[in-house]
Amino acid sequence: MTKQVYYEDIEAGSDLPGLVKYPTTMQLVKYAGASGDYYQIHYDKDFAVANGLPGVIVHGWLALSFLGQLVTDWLGEGGALLKLSGSYRGINRVHEDIICNGKVVKKYVEDGKNLARLELWAENPAGERTVTGTAVVSLPSRG
Amino acid sequence: MSEASVITPELEALLNVDLGPDVYEIEKGMLRKFAEAIEDPNPRWLREAPPTFPAALVPATLLHKLFNTPGPLKRLLNGASELEYLRPIEAGDVISVTARLTRLRQMAGREGPSLFMFTEVTCTNQRGEVAVRGKNTYIKY
Repeated sequence: MTKQVYYEDIEAGSDLPGLVKYPTTMQLVKYAGASGDYYQIHYDKDFAVANGLPGVIVHGWLALSFLGQLVTDWLGEGGALLKLSGSYRGINRVHEDIICNGKVVKKYVEDGKNLARLELWAENPAGERTVTGTAVVSLPSRG
Repeated sequence: MSEASVITPELEALLNVDLGPDVYEIEKGMLRKFAEAIEDPNPRWLREAPPTFPAALVPATLLHKLFNTPGPLKRLLNGASELEYLRPIEAGDVISVTARLTRLRQMAGREGPSLFMFTEVTCTNQRGEVAVRGKNTYIKY
């Protein structure tokens, strides 16, 4: 496991460790079953193509799950995720890397809590930001 | 060129109406299956819901109406999601999901009109505590 990150360790501009995921059609089928989202664009290529898509596409929620993992891996047991959001701006295809990154936008104390606002994004191999998101987290203090 | 409205009276009638609850008993196996599906190996997700698990707490009553209301637009994409975590969702919880349509907005696109449907969801546990508030934007085009 990685070491616990503390409020004192971060500054605006601090990068989160990146995360690369590689969704397959099988993963999309598993995700469809686990989430109940059986919209065919996520596993039926003929249906997806007939809908004008280049092939089956990754659920936006699944791509956001990868950004969630990026954040919770970094937060460890001592931190807490308070808010998570994502806008699905582009298409992630299967059998392609989804490159997830994030950075601290600002750190601040509110109601006695050590908080940070994060900017998050997922890119496809072409370098297009397919998901842009934000998170608000609380971090433990060394104090 | 002005476009015909894709906002049907049936959809407008749904605005700001609370629908549900859709009730979910959170079983350990559900959490494990979800964590396996997102391929997040953190052992924490065997007892506690991972951040995007509320995606599985589908506000079925609202979505059934939104997606099956007759209208000119047949295709659907997810536009955006937003979650606020107030309390953890854990195995053994019983979560009641209520949801409403808050706004409809027609946009002109390259391939014709599209319709943005803005929704809000509240997930309340068996003690009456709000666990998660969410917003989601669906796009019909």
